[in-house]
Amino acid sequence: MAQAGPQADRPLSPHLQIYKPMLTTIMSILHRLTGMALYAGSLLVAWWLLAAASGPQYYNFVSGLADTIFGRIVLFAYTWALIHHMLGGIRHFIWDTGSGFELPTVELMARATIIGSLGLTALIWAVALTMTGGL
Amino acid sequence: MVELTLPRNSKVNEGKTWNDAKDKGTWREFRVYRWNPDDKENPQVDTYHLNLDECGPMVLDALIKIKNEIDSSLTFRRSCREGICGSCAMNIDGTNTLACTQGMDEIKGTVKIYPLPHQPVIKDLVPDLTNFYAQHRSIEPWLQTETAAPPKEWKQSREDREKLDGLYECVMCACCSTSCPSYWWNSDRYLGPAVLLQAYRWVVDSRDEATGDRLDNLEDPFRLYRCHTILNCTKACPKGLNPAKAIAELKKKMVERRF
Repeated sequence: MAQAGPQADRPLSPHLQIYKPMLTTIMSILHRLTGMALYAGSLLVAWWLLAAASGPQYYNFVSGLADTIFGRIVLFAYTWALIHHMLGGIRHFIWDTGSGFELPTVELMARATIIGSLGLTALIWAVALTMTGGL
Repeated sequence: MVELTLPRNSKVNEGKTWNDAKDKGTWREFRVYRWNPDDKENPQVDTYHLNLDECGPMVLDALIKIKNEIDSSLTFRRSCREGICGSCAMNIDGTNTLACTQGMDEIKGTVKIYPLPHQPVIKDLVPDLTNFYAQHRSIEPWLQTETAAPPKEWKQSREDREKLDGLYECVMCACCSTSCPSYWWNSDRYLGPAVLLQAYRWVVDSRDEATGDRLDNLEDPFRLYRCHTILNCTKACPKGLNPAKAIAELKKKMVERRF
């Protein structure tokens, strides 16, 4: 039999290119992405707090930025990232106890996280817009 | 390390079409990964057509028929043809599974067959699993005891024996480990789902007396904790086992032993 030791010129078999995308995989990627987005979002929140601390003029400037269409989109995305990552965290917490690993449960929790994060984000914005008198 | 694309020598080219489908019968297209170490070419995907009316129901039946009747150079591992040896593990229709237990009726359209993902290829569908086996050895998958051996066998209560259900059935086919993105990026240091499930199998064995050492060996940012519960492993396992749960139980043991 030929030697089966590692050999430098051997090709690497395809991986991401051929593996079927699955909801669970996508949820894992989304958890990572929203986690990273929260770093950026936290900086924005810190900026807003600093603006509030440094006086009405600068605060009005930053608030004005947040009130633009672009600012609103960023805020909406940040809200979703926050809620999605939080629900994902709860999912991981359940897994850390050793439960929720049956495949139907796994699928159910993935769907619940997506629907829950979209629903809660919409709810938060509906409440916020009602309180502040619409767009 | 995360590398989303394939190295230059691994890019897959379009290969040759060996035969065409005919009108009579139920014909199916097969797209199969090929790489020959002797011709210094990049890997390629070849196309074959088979009449399923004259073929067994499983993907392995199709591969054997291709090898017997169309292309004798097609190379793959197989042995038991009933899901107990784990030899014919490969990526079929985008998911890792055993060719012998994967029915073709469960696949829509073209049957795409690749070797187990992110492994060095020896030839065609045969990956080099040297690292995988070395990792298995590193968890010392055998009974370790300090007390003197009993005159007959090491006894175990019915309840303790039941703790090994869902673990001992693993055939080490590597379907789960090579389905795991964490294992793709860190297989030099992360042990991967199959080996961790085996590690857990010995950790929970009531007869084993090396539990502490076993957990010490796993207490490492990479060996165990590169698992991020992506769950490709549990979805891939052709034996219906749950490596993700076994890993979660290991992580729990790590915490529990501190109190």
